[in-house]
Amino acid sequence: MTGFERHVTFSAWAFLAPALLLIGVFFFLPVLAALLLSFTDFDIYALGDLDRLRFIGLDNYRQLLQSSLFWTALGNTFYFVIVGGPLSVAVSLGAALLVNARLIRFPGLFRTAFFLPVVTTLVAVAVVWRYLYHPRYGLLNYGLSLLGVEPIDWLGDPDWAMPAMILMAVWKNFGFNMIIFIAGLQNIPTQLYEAARIDGADAWAQFRHITLPLLGPTFLFVALMTMIGYFQVFAEPYVMTQGGPANRTLSIVLLMYEEGFRWWNMGYASAAAFVLFVLILAGTMLQLKLRRRESL
Amino acid sequence: MNPRSFLPAVLLYSLLILGLLLALTPLWWMIVASLMPPGEANSVPPRLWPSTVTFEHYAALFTRLDLARYLLNSTLLASAVTVISLLINSMAGYAFAKFRFRGRDRLFQGLLAALVIPAQVAMLPLFLLLKQLGLINTYGGVIIPGMASIFGIFLIRQYLLAIPDSLLDAARMDGAGEFRIYWSLVLPLCRPILVTLAIFTFMGAWNDFMWPLIVLTDSSLYTLPVALANLLGEHVQDTELMMAGSVLTVLPIMLLFVVLQKYYIAGIMLGGMKG
Repeated sequence: MTGFERHVTFSAWAFLAPALLLIGVFFFLPVLAALLLSFTDFDIYALGDLDRLRFIGLDNYRQLLQSSLFWTALGNTFYFVIVGGPLSVAVSLGAALLVNARLIRFPGLFRTAFFLPVVTTLVAVAVVWRYLYHPRYGLLNYGLSLLGVEPIDWLGDPDWAMPAMILMAVWKNFGFNMIIFIAGLQNIPTQLYEAARIDGADAWAQFRHITLPLLGPTFLFVALMTMIGYFQVFAEPYVMTQGGPANRTLSIVLLMYEEGFRWWNMGYASAAAFVLFVLILAGTMLQLKLRRRESL
Repeated sequence: MNPRSFLPAVLLYSLLILGLLLALTPLWWMIVASLMPPGEANSVPPRLWPSTVTFEHYAALFTRLDLARYLLNSTLLASAVTVISLLINSMAGYAFAKFRFRGRDRLFQGLLAALVIPAQVAMLPLFLLLKQLGLINTYGGVIIPGMASIFGIFLIRQYLLAIPDSLLDAARMDGAGEFRIYWSLVLPLCRPILVTLAIFTFMGAWNDFMWPLIVLTDSSLYTLPVALANLLGEHVQDTELMMAGSVLTVLPIMLLFVVLQKYYIAGIMLGGMKG
């Protein structure tokens, strides 16, 4: 190594050191520790006295798989991801196409308005939506009653609580992906559309054969980010339903929070967190794989 | 406008205006209900405008319910996280973009891959670690996990890659030290992306709920979202009061966004395109 190279290497590590140290100690180390923790019976007694800690192998995972509450949380989380995710992406794409349409003037105005829900504080808007969803005083049921729909107990009815949660999440999030889609749309060369029009392709054919394929990479990014985010749903049920009614909105992260930070079953909660991690990882791989097959 | 595009335009605008109504009505109603006299938010049919505009709920929040303190806590914490993380992330992003050293690309790829690990996985051991360090129920405990972020490093690196090395080499020829080059050349060059990252970080910290909820037990340290969720437990019937609390939580961050949205949106595009 020359003196200059040594100088470069030293400087680089000096600049990296604070970030790597912080990320290492306060992220990677805890992630590893969580894996270890998930093989122990760390509970409220161990919190007071570490000698109480026992290594129990895969017992936490076994217990999770036997717990009907865990399966409920898993099912609810999948419901939220599988219904909420695609719905959210579809609404984002629709909004992006509308705002980006050539005929529209003041696209910036619409873009800003659609984006406003994204920057709001989730807890605050969850409080607001609780009120919107109120069976008697809420604006939503009032609006529906004008259309002749009977009042729905959105957050109290076990069958409606999760759809209500998804509706709010879509409202809150669609603006973010819309911006990414707009960027993707603007990267598509306009000549392609002109050529297609000359060939007599209608709007749908253009969308199907130009817009969608060329949005591919953007689509993958948006779908991945949305899926990862939706798997981690927590504040919505925490504020709006506390996981009810009848545990129908209990998510994995809410279960982890309750087990870990309310009952201090930290070993068990770590196992739940790791299951979530594995699911997110599997979901990510699956999407990457599907995508690769499609583009071959 | 020619007749052929008239019909599609009407259709497009109708859809957009419908979307506008759906997007803004909840926020609008939050503001309207916060200005109603007590009890009026719970009327059938719902009122779309207060019979008399009153600010008494805002007054109650500030006088009886200590809201000023939570507002201050949130502002302090979000500002601290933003300043510290900007410094640390920009240093690391600079190193990844402009220094050639062994293992650089593998290290960077490794960090990026770690983005799929949900933050919640780290939370339980992190809590125990901070408890050992005596940082539970302190501002430090809230700030620490946000002081460096992989996404922040990534964003700075992407931005700096586009800046020619010749500028930095010239400064090096003149004998400037590495830290001086970073401080008085790289940071000013990065200003647009730093503004973007600052907004992202500030908003993320302001809106964050789960981690402050876990770390802070003493109500005098609560941030706005934690205080609001707590308030909901006690005042669930006081709809007007809860709406006023929501307005005060959401309004500062929305104003910040409206003023700085150019930078914010540029940042999403940069993050989204290269991802």
